[in-house]
Amino acid sequence: MDYMGKKKKWLLSGVALLISAFHLIPFYILITTSLKERGDFSSKWVFPKVLAFENFAEAWETASLGNALSNTSIITFVSALLLIVFGSMAAYPLARRQTKLNKFVFMIFIAVMVIPPLTALVPLYKLVVDIGMMNTLEIAILNNVASFLPLTIFLYSGFIRSTIPKELEEAAKMDGASTLGIFFRIVFPLLKPVTASILIISCVFIWNDYQFAIFFLQAEEVKTSTVALAGFFGENANRMNLVAAAAIMAVLPMVVLFLLLQKHFVKGLASGSVKG
Amino acid sequence: MIGVETRSKSMAGSSVEVKRNRKSRKESSLWWMYLPALAAVCFFILYPFLNGIKISFTNWNGFSQTYDYVGFSQYTRMLKDPDTWLVVKNTLLYGVGSTILQNVIGLGYALLLNQSIHMRNFTRTVVYLPVIISPLIMGYIFYFFFAFQGGALNDLLVFIGLDKINALGNPKINIWLIVFVNTFQFVGIAMIIYLAGLQSISKDYYEAAQIDGASGFQQFKNITLPMLMPSITINMVINIIGGLKLFDVIISLTGGGPGYASQSMSTFMYDLYFNRQDAGYAATQGVFMAIIILILSLAALVYFKRKEIEA
Repeated sequence: MDYMGKKKKWLLSGVALLISAFHLIPFYILITTSLKERGDFSSKWVFPKVLAFENFAEAWETASLGNALSNTSIITFVSALLLIVFGSMAAYPLARRQTKLNKFVFMIFIAVMVIPPLTALVPLYKLVVDIGMMNTLEIAILNNVASFLPLTIFLYSGFIRSTIPKELEEAAKMDGASTLGIFFRIVFPLLKPVTASILIISCVFIWNDYQFAIFFLQAEEVKTSTVALAGFFGENANRMNLVAAAAIMAVLPMVVLFLLLQKHFVKGLASGSVKG
Repeated sequence: MIGVETRSKSMAGSSVEVKRNRKSRKESSLWWMYLPALAAVCFFILYPFLNGIKISFTNWNGFSQTYDYVGFSQYTRMLKDPDTWLVVKNTLLYGVGSTILQNVIGLGYALLLNQSIHMRNFTRTVVYLPVIISPLIMGYIFYFFFAFQGGALNDLLVFIGLDKINALGNPKINIWLIVFVNTFQFVGIAMIIYLAGLQSISKDYYEAAQIDGASGFQQFKNITLPMLMPSITINMVINIIGGLKLFDVIISLTGGGPGYASQSMSTFMYDLYFNRQDAGYAATQGVFMAIIILILSLAALVYFKRKEIEA
């Protein structure tokens, strides 16, 4: 398949170029929209002559994106950290100790993955109101952690079972190391590849979350970037330039990260896509 | 004699296993290591889910402290409600429609980008990029494209002398636009999974087929497709689950409108709970959605697993 004629190679490359162009169109329109001055109703296909960078400043201020992005970052970062610590810790006994209890608990974690989050959302809302945690970053973190723990445990335990040699742990046990000591000093460092995948999956999904956030984070000071943007869109439906500028600023951090760590992103997200 | 021998061997084997089992039973379960995770999952997912089933048998309005049990009446109401069937129809369209498109286009892209051509890595990156963008924001990005006032599509139509169209407000068009945007966003995942599948097929098969004089299409049908069955299964199942749960992109693109015309089960539930204070009914719809997703994803899984074995 690698040996093809020069003509065919150029033809197929041309097709690839067309596909790229097609996929870039929405982003091109997003950029031209964001850079047009207020009152500039020229075609969105034409790049503006005067670049209205002030749209970005205005959108940043009025949508309070600074606050929203910092909330999103806190939620994403803390959730990912908790997922990695508690997920890997939970996966270890489930992978290594095949007791009846552990098999049953593992089954619970797998079964929970099938529940559509929205089905649990109505009663969860009531629960959150009852425990007085509405409009707190903590509840967003706890919700995200709970909803990604099953996948995290599934990936960690599969990795421990298939790639970490038991002998290492047994040797450490002979030397009298404690279980937690064995886990965090010997096993955990070997879990780096799967930890990287989990970090990427959870960061992308939690960063982009709207479904949980719109339920639990409606107060101004705890809004995440998606909730802020949805509200901003509602208030500025006739000023698309501002909304486009806000959208660019909201996606930029993740896009930059993706372009820098592309290989890891693709690999990580593929292993996480079992969740869908 | 041979039979006896193997039997005694297997017996010896099993007694070793028994010993091992006994040993592992003596080992502790280390349950305290998964206790925090289990508690979080039970408290935030399992308990609310079971509670949701309970609420689906009540007339709770979502905020008052009291409510009555109404038996199956929310369920009979659901089955009689024409909105239910409109929404189920849309949800199936989003699920099945995006699954088919993502797989066909994703496989096409993978076949193309598996060849040594120019622009290969660039095209892969560009196709994959939307996967990491929030579906809500992806919806807004396409809103700028399809909007009636000042949308890029209408700018183009006016430029070539045609009339503007209200694509997002027309229920005959906008449900397909939602399928299109969801496909556009996630076709990259299907492409990557197919690329990985293609790269795992040994070149020897193709060389042997070429010696036998098989045409390109015959090679595709008899080697590539059967060998790709595991990738097809994964893609079908994850895309159907993702499509049936569609929420964000509908909110940003059409808001579910006009009326209920482009709502999915997810957005319908949200509307029932927050805008119509009909929490009991929302929970009923939630249970129904869980059942539909479970049945369809299991059906897809079983169907394609069977194909995998046949292949």
